[in-house]
Amino acid sequence: MYAKVVLVKDTDLKREDRTREFYTRLLDCLRETNLHSQIQVVRVADIGIYDRGLVIKILPDKVTYANVQDTDIKRIVEALSEEKVVEELVFKPKAKQYRLVLRNCGKIDPENIDEYISNGGYLSLKKAVTELGQQKLIDEIKASGIRGRGGAGYPTWMKWNFAREVASDQKFVICNADEGDPGAYMDRSVLEGDPHSVIEGLAIAAFATGASKGYFYVRAEYPLAVERIEKAISQAYDYGLLGKDILGSSFSLDIEIRLGAGAFVCGEETALISSIEGKRGTPHPRPPYPSVKGLWGKPTVINNVETLANIPVIVSRGGKWFAQIGTQTSKGTKVFAVTGKVKNSGLVEIAMGASLRDIVIDICGGTLSGKPIKAVQTGGPSGGVIPERLLDTPVDYENLQKLGSIMGSGGMIVIDDEDCMVDIPKFYLGFCVEESCGKCAPCRIGGFQMLNYLKKISEGKGKPEDLGQLRRIAQAMQKASLCGLGQTASNPVLSTLKYFEEEYNEHILNKRCPAGKCSSLVTYSIISEKCKRCGLCFNNCPVKAISGDKEQGYSIAQDKCVKCGQCFEVCKFKAIDKK
Amino acid sequence: MQEKKVPLRIDGKDYECDAGITILDACVKAGIHIPTLCYLEGLSQEAACSICLVEVKGAKTLLRSCVTPVGKGMEIFTNTPRVRNARRLNLELLLAGHPKDCLVCDRNESCELRKLAFDMGIRDIRFPKTQESELPSDNTSVSLSRDPNKCILCGRCVSVCSAVQSVKAIDFSGRGKASKVTTFFDQGLANSVCVNCGQCLLVCPTGAITERSSIARVWEALADPRKFVVVEVAPAVRAAMGEEFGMPAGTLVTAKIAQALRKLGFDKVFDTQFSADLTIMEEGHELIQRIKNNGKLPLITSCSPGWIKFAEHFYPEILGNISSCKSPQQMFGAVAKTYYARKYNIDPRNMVVVSVMPCTAKKFEALRPEMMSAFDYWKDELGLAEPEAFYDVDYVLTTREAARLIKEGGIDFLNLEGEDFDEPLGISTGAAVIFGSTGGVMEAALRTAYEVLTGRQLEKLDFMNLRGLDGIKTAEVDIDGLKLKVAVANSLGKARPLLEEVKRGSSPYVFIEIMTCPGGCIGGAGQPIPTDEETRTKRMEAIYREDKNKTLRKSHENPAVQALYKEFLGAPLSEKSHHLLHTSYKKKETVF
Repeated sequence: MYAKVVLVKDTDLKREDRTREFYTRLLDCLRETNLHSQIQVVRVADIGIYDRGLVIKILPDKVTYANVQDTDIKRIVEALSEEKVVEELVFKPKAKQYRLVLRNCGKIDPENIDEYISNGGYLSLKKAVTELGQQKLIDEIKASGIRGRGGAGYPTWMKWNFAREVASDQKFVICNADEGDPGAYMDRSVLEGDPHSVIEGLAIAAFATGASKGYFYVRAEYPLAVERIEKAISQAYDYGLLGKDILGSSFSLDIEIRLGAGAFVCGEETALISSIEGKRGTPHPRPPYPSVKGLWGKPTVINNVETLANIPVIVSRGGKWFAQIGTQTSKGTKVFAVTGKVKNSGLVEIAMGASLRDIVIDICGGTLSGKPIKAVQTGGPSGGVIPERLLDTPVDYENLQKLGSIMGSGGMIVIDDEDCMVDIPKFYLGFCVEESCGKCAPCRIGGFQMLNYLKKISEGKGKPEDLGQLRRIAQAMQKASLCGLGQTASNPVLSTLKYFEEEYNEHILNKRCPAGKCSSLVTYSIISEKCKRCGLCFNNCPVKAISGDKEQGYSIAQDKCVKCGQCFEVCKFKAIDKK
Repeated sequence: MQEKKVPLRIDGKDYECDAGITILDACVKAGIHIPTLCYLEGLSQEAACSICLVEVKGAKTLLRSCVTPVGKGMEIFTNTPRVRNARRLNLELLLAGHPKDCLVCDRNESCELRKLAFDMGIRDIRFPKTQESELPSDNTSVSLSRDPNKCILCGRCVSVCSAVQSVKAIDFSGRGKASKVTTFFDQGLANSVCVNCGQCLLVCPTGAITERSSIARVWEALADPRKFVVVEVAPAVRAAMGEEFGMPAGTLVTAKIAQALRKLGFDKVFDTQFSADLTIMEEGHELIQRIKNNGKLPLITSCSPGWIKFAEHFYPEILGNISSCKSPQQMFGAVAKTYYARKYNIDPRNMVVVSVMPCTAKKFEALRPEMMSAFDYWKDELGLAEPEAFYDVDYVLTTREAARLIKEGGIDFLNLEGEDFDEPLGISTGAAVIFGSTGGVMEAALRTAYEVLTGRQLEKLDFMNLRGLDGIKTAEVDIDGLKLKVAVANSLGKARPLLEEVKRGSSPYVFIEIMTCPGGCIGGAGQPIPTDEETRTKRMEAIYREDKNKTLRKSHENPAVQALYKEFLGAPLSEKSHHLLHTSYKKKETVF
């Protein structure tokens, strides 16, 4: 039996992996000091820390050293033998996840209300209803500084207060769980992992505004989330936490689930309201804002899942406490769904103000391929790309907007040099064109026209003046579209134009796609010096564009090639040139 | 407490305006023109077109003036480069998806999109065509045609169909670029609950909705020497036709129409007002009979074919309350092809009846299978087989189509001196004229019913509280102690509450007039464009002016109608009347 285990990993993203050499040296040193029978050294593929040079982790002591040099080996081994710690080498993480929204996810059984309650659940609702009362409650929310997590960042307390101030026989609260950004699943995880926290948040919102009816508007594509909310609602009813005279007070609340039918635009509040009313889900001009005139013409507060999941924490620990987290204008934490060319994709919750680099490098480990990051896309189809050189920007609502992107609901996509900066906006714009409700002209026609320009450019048919047209339409869409979808749909195009115009120009002027993504602009050819005449490409070409034999060698007929890239993929000798 | 007046600044000048009104209203009051396209006063606030954009200091985006309420201290700019550029660009985008066949478009002269493009100085469209292929038109209806290629999705038609008419035959379907206005499951207007009222056509800013034209057929009939072609002209046409020739709304052109049609080669130029008088004789007696015999009350008028189809779809329970009288158009056709044909020895098979109507639903009505009374009348006598069946009314022209016929015929309409209609089917009273306006049928019926019931002369002929553009008008008439409560509704949406009462059996009225279109026939979908509140009011005034000028103002005083009864029908509600002048209604299956 070994007394200790030492995990070793070279986390340097830019250099060759030195784990093996270091491992050998460490092992040698242990042998020299005769510790090798008590201490096991293990090379690991991933140690959860990135770009900190050689990292070693000592178990069960839970000591982690980073940026370890060969010269440190001796010190470390000495410390090991003396049960000491080399303080100056101890790893100090730059960024840490801060799990506030995701506090219970993965820790409690989401289908068991008792587990939620035993973790302090529903105490906030009790506090709100029995101690605080409406005014003090809203004051707490105001003091917390929390802003809507759905994307626009509107102060939550203001929404609540507007709705509270309107006199009405009936008011509504709605939880917007129509998460639709491609690649985003923050809300889904909260609903699946901790549904009661959202229900509690919604109940507190209802109490604050005087609403007696609440809705969960969930997309039908989230069956597990729906199932868990359903279960959670029924448990809450059983415990008297929903229904009539909640917790012995005069506050009553009924909650129902409404399923979205798959339209992205129904995440927009006014469209969402239409959808619940059973009408076609199209946005309406604001004002009147839903807080004043919403569902069935009654004051309605619509909050995003993540916003609501924050509420119980704010109520229990106080607005002041919450306001300590984050930056001057953006308080609290934010959950991001990091995907794309990233090593560790997944949900990341950080305090506002952490930099993009903290998220994608320190927490998520950079790119999987080890290639440099080219940019990070935030905010989904409504957001923009942020180039690598700006990754040190602290994340908050204002900063991201300044860079031409948005916080959005929290999608974050890592882009490397194999991604084309014409192709990416083309994808997002295509999404928005598909999802445009079609009501207002700038979005319906403008989006379509822009998409056509992007298609042209990616096919090598673009003209220099097309960029002006793109900018012109984009600005009209921003200024003249009726709802957020149209107003932000051009962001991916504008931000790529801002930071990567040279890539557009490569497509237009030199008919070249530097990332090799735009298939029309890519040519495949066989490098005869490297070709071993194995015939794999010949056998795999689906359109028989490759001719030749094992004697003569092979060549690709460009007029027949459909640029599928099969030959490139199958060639074992890197003998296919992709330009 | 909300303030009643708010100060604001528009283009650098200070104004004070009512709180709660829109920026657009405020600008109009300040005499500042803001171009609009989808906006329709009091009706459409879809905010779809984004043409009426203005800049408001501090606002993130440009705002749609048609839906944005004014705010205290707002600083509004209506004419900055940003505003102009955005408006232009949006219009260009709309035009990129619109056909450019303006030269041959039905709405060439009245197209709001064309005018806007001209006014906004658009001489070039910088964007490629949006539409790759043409979408099929909906030509299922005999009244209306819809061309989705010309549709700019402003939503006015959808609004008018649902908000004004409560019919909801059309709505948006599809998303994004595939958005379109269509009927349930794309089944086409003819297979929908569409009542053919055509109010959608009137509000359409482009040529996306038009009437199904019968002009070519009418020219064909006029050119055929074997055919005896007669024309009937509806009351509301004479108060509006002038507008097609540039005359101000409300100009009466009765005599000019008669002369122009005669010049075009119609063998006889008659007046639907003759049969309007006849309708009053029949319907008035039907009312009296129902009152006397404890029949089904209230009696509801049946002149408006849109309303009839509406009832067959939505109120099948109360079809028994609707007068069995045919509309004046159909009574005319039946009388012309029987009484007149017999009297003047014309083979009814060679007789062509053309009607000029302010209405698109009349095209549908003329082709209802039950509208072949003359054929049934002659069948045995002439030994006619079923395939030889003919309609009582052959072709229906709208006011606009008739004007085009006159223009195409090279007639200098403006300088015509005017002539009378032909006798006998061209003789009419003032009671028939007012059929053209909401409340008119009721007023005409009351004039006759009073005198028939009391046997005394009615002193005051004008029922002022039944006139005007109010959606619902009511009155109580005292006929020798018999107090009759009556109601008048114009537009189907306004009719609904009255009909709900009838359905519940709690209607306090004995007689209800329902006109499909706002304002009655003067506001019908066959009328010149624009048909809006202003033109409706002017045409209405003209209608009552014409009534005042008539020497005979009560239907039962019409000598030609009296002769018709004496020579042919016998008496009102006689058996012959029932065969020729009355009809029945059937519940229509409503597929949504």
